[in-house]
Amino acid sequence: MPLLQIRDLTHFFGGLRAVYNYNLDLEEGELVGLIGPNGAGKTTIFNLVTGAYRPTAGEVRLNGDNLVGLRPHQITAKGIARTFQTIRLWNELTVLDNVRIARASRIQYGLLDSIMHNQLYREEERQIKERSLELLAVFGLEGYARELARNLPYGAQRRVEICRALATEPQLLLLDEPAAGMNPGEIEELLELIQQIREKFGLTIWIIEHQMRVIMNICERIKVIDFGETIAEGTPTEIQNNPRVIEAYLGEEAF
Amino acid sequence: MKKIYLPLVVLLLFVVIIGGSWLRILNEYWQLVLLFMGINVILTVSLNLINGYMGEFSCGHAGFMAVGAYVTSILTVWLFAEDKVFGPPVLPTAWAIPLFPVALIIGAVAASLVGLLVAIPSFRTRGDYLAIITLAVNYIVKSAIENMEVIGGPRGFVGMKRVMNNMADVFDAPWLLIWTFIGILVTIFIIRNFMSSTFGKGVEAIREDEIAAELMSVNTRRVKVIAFMLSCGLAGLAGGLFAHGPGGYVNPGTFTILKSTEVMVMVYLGGMGSISGSIISAIGFTLLLELLRPLGVFKWVVIPLLLVVMMLFRPTGIMGNRELTDVFPWLRTIFGSEEESYALASN
Repeated sequence: MPLLQIRDLTHFFGGLRAVYNYNLDLEEGELVGLIGPNGAGKTTIFNLVTGAYRPTAGEVRLNGDNLVGLRPHQITAKGIARTFQTIRLWNELTVLDNVRIARASRIQYGLLDSIMHNQLYREEERQIKERSLELLAVFGLEGYARELARNLPYGAQRRVEICRALATEPQLLLLDEPAAGMNPGEIEELLELIQQIREKFGLTIWIIEHQMRVIMNICERIKVIDFGETIAEGTPTEIQNNPRVIEAYLGEEAF
Repeated sequence: MKKIYLPLVVLLLFVVIIGGSWLRILNEYWQLVLLFMGINVILTVSLNLINGYMGEFSCGHAGFMAVGAYVTSILTVWLFAEDKVFGPPVLPTAWAIPLFPVALIIGAVAASLVGLLVAIPSFRTRGDYLAIITLAVNYIVKSAIENMEVIGGPRGFVGMKRVMNNMADVFDAPWLLIWTFIGILVTIFIIRNFMSSTFGKGVEAIREDEIAAELMSVNTRRVKVIAFMLSCGLAGLAGGLFAHGPGGYVNPGTFTILKSTEVMVMVYLGGMGSISGSIISAIGFTLLLELLRPLGVFKWVVIPLLLVVMMLFRPTGIMGNRELTDVFPWLRTIFGSEEESYALASN
């Protein structure tokens, strides 16, 4: 059974067809790219999968469990985490808080424990803090733990976002343009980082990216969409030479 | 070692305030000022949870305070005092001493249940809409009380004086000040502990970016409802204490939007998301009101002016979102730092 199964996913914004009959099977451990011109519906698909939008039609299944109709935090608890196209950290909170809040769905203690600060609470908070600092260390961010998120340089903020997503203990990680706004050096580091966390955490990764360097380098399989519909699918080389893709990106004239 | 300081400081304050009142070193006027300070501290710290930490805009705090005030007063008068409406006391009047806090808790629970009623339909609304809803609730509560003749309607509800006198007859102590003091401790304890937990930090995540919070596994509805209920419950506690003040009398006219505004002013003056800021500003504001009393009605010209100046030169309030322990690190030896409770436990 595939890890993530999307069947005929369709979404309308009023009369605008954003996503139409989208299908996808993601096998465990895959690294799949999702590309397409601006406004093709890529982020909308991520929003549908993570529950930020409710699809007009179609189904999304993770390990066979239906996700449609669940609230975003429930979907995250089931094992899908994401980053955002534009950074959405909690700016006025510390980096450590940013990461530890993402463990909200793993908290065992109740409201009363959180007020009384009893033994159960202290033990669990200690573990949460330890795990969060470990995660930050993987990303080389442990030195920023006490710093407010907004004070970090851009590249570091991007890494904190991935770190925060991993804190939710996902099986599937959705990266929405992780390389946006990065210089070539930072992109190189990012690619390494993605490979590294993929092995370390046994992740399945689904990535939206505009920078072809990134997508062609790390993805095993790429799906291209335009106007909400899949127009091509295949390995990076196949995609690079696919006439429909070239058409979608460059327009008919150039073809 | 460090754990000794905080109880010592609290004990010292308790001895000075309660002892001073008991031995009449502090006259009745100062006891009254202290009482109002205490009630304002509870109101401000509790509203800070919604308006500061959560970044929402609730402007009906006085409504929840009214619920607590009336529920607690009706309970104590019915149970412990001779009353025209409720007849003779149901329980021996001496029981008022141990059962007074129970009545306060019931009042607080009632207020938090009203908070729940408000929170559920306002899940989806934020900012302006929540402000309008809470404003409406403030009016609904006030009008509802005004139209209930059993509890005095617009004339107000009396009889708490007798309850307090009965308590003083059994054992002479400044009971109300004692319970206000404990109420402050409970309020600070609840808000501080809740907001330092990973669970409670979800409240701040909602303020910073609600959609990101929901997508990053924070159950935003649950967190919002809990924060709202905690805040409203503590407002109810403040109301219960307020109703048993020297007048021994409450009327719906006290719990208007003006009272809510006063609490909001204290929150923004102290700094959003700062408990010590709220405490400082509640104490300072109460004191200021008293100091400017000779100015009469001009007080209400001077105070808003001070506010305007404050907002111009320090828009984040006295403390911003920092705590006193952040500004003066040496204070950590007394109060401990936020993380200490579990960081030290691991060593």
